[in-house]
Amino acid sequence: MTDDLVVRAEGLRKRFGKTQALDGVDLSMRRGTVLGVLGPNGAGKTTAVRVLATLLTPDAGSAFVAGVDVLKNPSEVRRKIGLTGQYASVDEDLTGVQNLVLIGRLLDLSGRDARRRAGELLQWFDLTEAAQRRAKTYSGGMRRRLDLAASLVGHPEVIFLDEPTTGLDPAKREDMWGVVRTQVASGASVLLTTQYLEEADALADEIVVVNHGRVIAQDTPDGLKRTTGGQTLRVRPVDPDRLPDVLRLLDLVAAPGTSASLDEAAGARPGAASVPVSGDEALDKLIPALRADRVEVTELALHLPSLDEVFHALTGRVKKEQLV
Amino acid sequence: MSTMAVARHSTSLAHRSLIKTLRTPEALIDVTIQPIIFLMLFTYLFGGAIANGDRHAYLQFLLPGMLAQSLAMGGMALGQNLNADIEKGVFDRFRSLPISRAAPLIGAVLADVVRYLSVCVAILGFGTIMGFRVQTGVLPALAAVGLSIAFGLCFCWISVWVGMLARTPGAVQGIMFLLILPLTFGSDVYVKTDTLPGVVQAFVSVNPITPLVAAIRGLLLGGPVAGPLVTTLLWMAGLLVVFVPLALRGYARRA
Repeated sequence: MTDDLVVRAEGLRKRFGKTQALDGVDLSMRRGTVLGVLGPNGAGKTTAVRVLATLLTPDAGSAFVAGVDVLKNPSEVRRKIGLTGQYASVDEDLTGVQNLVLIGRLLDLSGRDARRRAGELLQWFDLTEAAQRRAKTYSGGMRRRLDLAASLVGHPEVIFLDEPTTGLDPAKREDMWGVVRTQVASGASVLLTTQYLEEADALADEIVVVNHGRVIAQDTPDGLKRTTGGQTLRVRPVDPDRLPDVLRLLDLVAAPGTSASLDEAAGARPGAASVPVSGDEALDKLIPALRADRVEVTELALHLPSLDEVFHALTGRVKKEQLV
Repeated sequence: MSTMAVARHSTSLAHRSLIKTLRTPEALIDVTIQPIIFLMLFTYLFGGAIANGDRHAYLQFLLPGMLAQSLAMGGMALGQNLNADIEKGVFDRFRSLPISRAAPLIGAVLADVVRYLSVCVAILGFGTIMGFRVQTGVLPALAAVGLSIAFGLCFCWISVWVGMLARTPGAVQGIMFLLILPLTFGSDVYVKTDTLPGVVQAFVSVNPITPLVAAIRGLLLGGPVAGPLVTTLLWMAGLLVVFVPLALRGYARRA
């Protein structure tokens, strides 16, 4: 086994009644990275996390977390992980500090160490002022922060975040992203599930797309975009009168079966032209051609499709396969 | 997982439950005011009819039984609370920690000591005001309180188990009522057994509440203690042997 892989799961299967929640899931995450598990509701993301966090026993398959067998030695795994569930699982009747001290005590810290760690985390998550208030009185964002703080009490090697920002406003979401990045910078590995493509794009080193209990793609965010959607090459000449020349040159590098067009879509700034291309080499051909024709440009860019497009392409494709 | 670790973690979790209990004193109504109301209701409203007008004598007979009934009912809230806690996800966090799976349940049960103690204080305290008198002495009375609390701690595992199986806290209450009503009314808590029809007498004689009430009566009022005490202790052991594993299994399956 490569020590570099901090999460490694093979062939995970889990059935609930008539639903095959996991239908042979393979996952791997490198140490010190963020793995984004992306998929629509009911795809099996939460089930996968619950199996890896030892909350569920799979029907079949194997999983190792931080080098420890999840099925054979779950309590050892529990020493090395932190889990933040889909619903902030803080105890509403306890204060912020009581919540964290309890976790510390359960992790066998002394009373004094548990209180010190709780103080550190409350300060770090900007909850010091609310420390003595019951969690019931916290806002949604504060609860999420407290919940995340609770999963960090024991300095876990691997952190599982199940939809950590669902229901948060955009500013709070970005705060959460900052926390994740800090954790990774200090050596932790983070596996996070999300429905937000933007979130996976912003945080994840690698993305696994899950649908109907199966992994349908695993790659870096850019790799995923490159392999699934086509790229677009856009050129904006300094002189708008040169647009016909630009269109002619773009047609020379167009992907098979496509042609260049003016950017006339609603909301697009006029004065540019685009063409779908099949690879980076289109740029290599276009630049000398533009130079030869003395077309000066203010913008020359190769655009990857948004992860949204990739996601819909991937999940849509699966649907079509199933219809056949 | 060493026994010491289980004990330590359970104590931390019992502390958590205690904080929750003390934060919401209204949740103690069913172990303070409710037993007092029952005691007054049966003494003053039905006592005259049942005991030929001698309410004072009836109170002496009734109070030990009210203690047993209130203890059995006092355990209901535990199952309801655990059911609600599990729904909220708090227990997911406990499950993801390196502690024994039994610790959250044991912790919750331990914290229930406070509730059973308050049943004893409420009934004995208010009963004394109403005219109940302990006939034996301080030590036997303390033994009665100790036995009551210990019985409550064993009996409540049924509620814990139901709390693991039922889908909603309301369902826990419904199921527990269905169980506790025949157990407490089908005993000699309210009336002497010889007034009952034969079939009901047979039920009373195998009902675990019956020896408990007899033991408490013996300890508070005098009379035979050893026989009913042994039967009660055996019932308590039986409750633990059956319902602790069932509750733990229910908890493990509830994922």
